[in-house]
Amino acid sequence: MRGILDKLPPRTVVVVACLIALLLPLVVSNFRSFQLTQLMVYAIAILGLNLLTGYNGQISLGHGAFFAIGAYVASILMDKAGVPYWATVPAAAVVCFSVGFLFGLPALRLAGHYLALATFSLALSMPQLLKHPALERWTGGVQGISISKPPVPFGLLISQDRWLYWFVLLHVVVLFICAANLLRGKVGRAIRAIRDQPLAAETAGINNARYKTTLFGISSMYTGVAGALSAIVLQFVSPDSFTMFLSIYLLVGVVVGGVGSIWGAFLGAAFIMVVPNLSSEISKSATGSIYALSLLLLIWRLPNGLWGGVTRLWRTATRRAA
Amino acid sequence: MDPLLHQIANGLATGAIYAVIALALVMNFNSTGHINFAQGEMAMFSTYVAWTLIAVGLPYGVAFLATVAISFAGGLVLERFVLHRFRDAPPLSVVIVFIALFLGFNALAGWIWGPVLKEFPSPVSSYKTGTSLVGAHELFVGAVAAAMLSLLYGFFRFTTLGLKMRAVASNPASSRLVGIRVSWTLALGWGLAAAIGAIAGMLIAPLTFLDPSMMAGILLYAFAAALLGGVDSPPGAVIGGLVVGVTENLLGAYVVGTELKQTVALAIVILVLVCRPQGLLGRVTVRRV
Repeated sequence: MRGILDKLPPRTVVVVACLIALLLPLVVSNFRSFQLTQLMVYAIAILGLNLLTGYNGQISLGHGAFFAIGAYVASILMDKAGVPYWATVPAAAVVCFSVGFLFGLPALRLAGHYLALATFSLALSMPQLLKHPALERWTGGVQGISISKPPVPFGLLISQDRWLYWFVLLHVVVLFICAANLLRGKVGRAIRAIRDQPLAAETAGINNARYKTTLFGISSMYTGVAGALSAIVLQFVSPDSFTMFLSIYLLVGVVVGGVGSIWGAFLGAAFIMVVPNLSSEISKSATGSIYALSLLLLIWRLPNGLWGGVTRLWRTATRRAA
Repeated sequence: MDPLLHQIANGLATGAIYAVIALALVMNFNSTGHINFAQGEMAMFSTYVAWTLIAVGLPYGVAFLATVAISFAGGLVLERFVLHRFRDAPPLSVVIVFIALFLGFNALAGWIWGPVLKEFPSPVSSYKTGTSLVGAHELFVGAVAAAMLSLLYGFFRFTTLGLKMRAVASNPASSRLVGIRVSWTLALGWGLAAAIGAIAGMLIAPLTFLDPSMMAGILLYAFAAALLGGVDSPPGAVIGGLVVGVTENLLGAYVVGTELKQTVALAIVILVLVCRPQGLLGRVTVRRV
């Protein structure tokens, strides 16, 4: 079952989806383009968390911290060092990979609940770290950092929002293809084997420690890139945008989209973006309640998330037709 | 008065608070083998229930006992109707259920009672201690923490039910074979943990005011306290709580400054998990494969 979920959908579907994604900003409003850009940013972050938690079984409740680090690295580079915006994304990737790798070293000794606990503590203390006076010269303290909106290159006659959409889309395509390739074949099997049977994996000659720390690094790199892109898209970072709720919402996205499915990240991202918009009309607290209920229902009835549900429907439909 | 003494007294007072939440965590761990991320939010919710009971005119003592009873029943129901379905689920599913409860209680409290800070009464507010070192309510918290500790310790150490709970947490299948009703023991564990959490919440609220996010900071310290003391040991939770409280205050006052206080807790959590996962008084668990 899992094999089907991981495989790319049929080639025609991929081509059509890519074409639609490419042309979408031309037919929708600037604001919708901006929203879709945010959706893609969250999808990258959720994919990063899913690589670690869904595929490798290392539960992280602290990926909001890596998102924050990516966002701050990008903003500080732009604000203080005058680095062009497109160059800050790879820089954030490198920094977040290193931080994630280092955090993955002690995390090696922790399993299940304990790792969740340690990463949760990281998420809880992140806003305070960002506000610390010693870093205020770079981070701007409570106020955060405002950066200017990236200009449209090559004198193209399009709006900045549309340009940013394509800029983020480029990253989405590269990162999702990389993830799909990473999870295919021997490496992907090793990653999943460590999740399902760590001891058997070790016996079969897999270096669990190396895989786990490297994957921790890669996972935080993905989430950090998403953070950097989000800083570029929103042109603003502040410590209070990165509370532990961000980490929790990312996990909500993973679970809703589908634990252990790459493409579910888009469904998860759509969910965590759409629900607050719809429910804020009822009450501000409604968002949390809806998140909580859908988490419970999904993990109970549909442990493979929405993407798992979609693929199951697809399979029954095609089997009927055949 | 010596400022150092003041800091230590403050640390012990806040430490007692961490200790009571940590006791609830230990209770839950000892009966189910899980660390409940939603423990703080459940305690917060219970405290709101108590606030409502007091607001409708019940005397403090009655409201206190009623809240403990309601929370016990609530914990029991929660286990029977929600957690029960995830008994054999992988750790990720269980953690997600806890996160769902965390979000749910937080949102529900905000929905029902609104985000405005509420004052919560202390039963001993009319008393004076005669020293500036420690207030009457802090002493009260310390006394209740000590009482709860001895009750819990005695419960797990000397009663059959306590022994059954520990058995269920460590090996449900074998416990079933020797005739323990696993499902009800687990539910009972959740009920007791919720009741302890309710007491903790009612002790904390007079100091922090009542609001849906009152536990966010405290929970982190309670984790640190429970882990430091050994997550299966009630005395460990109290010692851990006091040590964390004093460390936090002393480091905050003299070394790292108040801005890094929460990071101290993070450092304690990671250090303990990495260097001494069983904590100070915890038992080393050996798993056979």
